[in-house]
Amino acid sequence: MSFDVWMRIPIPRWRSQVRALYCPLIPADDYISLDRVRMVYENRCVFDSLSCGFPPGRISVVLGGSGSGKSTILRLIGGLVRPQAGAVIVHRQDVGRLSHRGLNLLRRKLGMVFQGGALLDSYSVFDNVALPLREQRRQSEREIAGAVHDILNAVGVSDADGLLPGELSGGMLRRVALARAIIRKPDVLLCDEPFSGLDPISIRRLETLLVQINRQFGMTLIVVSHDIPSTMRMADHVLLLLGARVWEGSPAEMRRSDDTEAAEFFRDGLERLQPQGKA
Amino acid sequence: MANPVSHVGYKAVRFVQGLGSLAAFTADIARSALTPPVRFAAFARELYKLGVRSLLIICVCGLAVGMVLGLQGHHTLVRFGAQRSLGAVVGLSLIRELGPVLTALLVAGRAGSATAAEIGAMVVTEQLNGLRMLSIDPVSLVIKPKAAAMLVVTPLLTALFIACGLYGGYLVGVGLLAGDPGSYMSSLRSAVNFHNDIECCMLKSAVFGLLLGLIATYRGYTSAPTAEGVSAATTASVVISSVTVLLTDYVITALWGI
Repeated sequence: MSFDVWMRIPIPRWRSQVRALYCPLIPADDYISLDRVRMVYENRCVFDSLSCGFPPGRISVVLGGSGSGKSTILRLIGGLVRPQAGAVIVHRQDVGRLSHRGLNLLRRKLGMVFQGGALLDSYSVFDNVALPLREQRRQSEREIAGAVHDILNAVGVSDADGLLPGELSGGMLRRVALARAIIRKPDVLLCDEPFSGLDPISIRRLETLLVQINRQFGMTLIVVSHDIPSTMRMADHVLLLLGARVWEGSPAEMRRSDDTEAAEFFRDGLERLQPQGKA
Repeated sequence: MANPVSHVGYKAVRFVQGLGSLAAFTADIARSALTPPVRFAAFARELYKLGVRSLLIICVCGLAVGMVLGLQGHHTLVRFGAQRSLGAVVGLSLIRELGPVLTALLVAGRAGSATAAEIGAMVVTEQLNGLRMLSIDPVSLVIKPKAAAMLVVTPLLTALFIACGLYGGYLVGVGLLAGDPGSYMSSLRSAVNFHNDIECCMLKSAVFGLLLGLIATYRGYTSAPTAEGVSAATTASVVISSVTVLLTDYVITALWGI
């Protein structure tokens, strides 16, 4: 059995660690990887030679300090920025070398939830979520309305379809953005800090939603987060950006890692959640 | 001496890069305008935002300019005993020069700045990146309707400005200074030629509308994703638009006598 076929077999969750370890070596169609990527903004070098991979059909969480380039990884995968050197491979294509048209075709397989939602503020929630389907021009308005109501119902904001994005709470905004990102059922969902600024209940609700999407549709999720507890609950694969180097592995491996920096990052993240008196 | 020279060189290179970028942006809009979808609803929404909401300011300014022209024209014409030509003076001044130029400057200040700020805010809040990630071209969905609306709205507002100006001149010349209404209207009718004056005025105004639309949308589209960036884009949009309108006006007048 070739590696390619092996990659496509549904595997139980406990095997994800093994898969994550071997993924960089396996040439699969739906594998996402960064190979010796150099990224410089103005005079600031974000990555000098970053190499990492994201296993298909799994939830990968990107962790790291502020300014470590977590969001840049998502932007590189989405083709919103191009690297100065190296390759960003998504579905066997180097994103940095794609033409405008090629990039548009690739983006049909990608969905992205931006930190602030990035919803069009002059469009209602309904129109925002319907926009990707209307632009495709393959469905009637009636079918689109049905699909939009279904997805809004699934993410729990069915009663907000007539509101403008400015009238929504932070949690609702993220869920609407999530609905818009997944309405075309992309293969890969990129989430940029979906939990930041949310209360614990909203975090749990959104986290459950993301896991459901992953399990139900087999969608690859790449989530940028600061939230260690949610990472430990939902991640199959963790990518930790530590300055000039990267630590990769499963959450369990991260917990017992010998790498002092990785262990420290993990411990600090958990300690921040402890009440002051107990710290 | 090296630093000032390199500074000038840097500025020159940046200027040429900017021109190239604007040309590419213009080509993008042109390509988008020639390919479906038409986006008529978005275009109508922009017509309302840019045109209908500018009506009051255009009417008030047109009336004021016409009244000033009436007063100034009357005082000057009286010296030569030609006060019966007030209608021609007000009409030709407004139609050939002041109407298109002042309307373009008002549109740049009111609608152009609003357009640049709106697009800049969309850059800051990543709405344009959000569209790109949905495989939707932001130039087609956001920029094209705004630029097209500016192109259409500027000549229409110019016509309104001129109509208000002519009425303002009439109010002063006939109502305030007790001139002859028949003389005012007949001198206006005999002096203004439809092809040479009105058609050319509309053409000039359409050129201004095109430039205003391009500059406002380009400045907003390329603004830095910060509050300061949006503010700078808005200011630059108004300043560059105003200077461009005045320079273009001179070039058009010098080359074609419009």
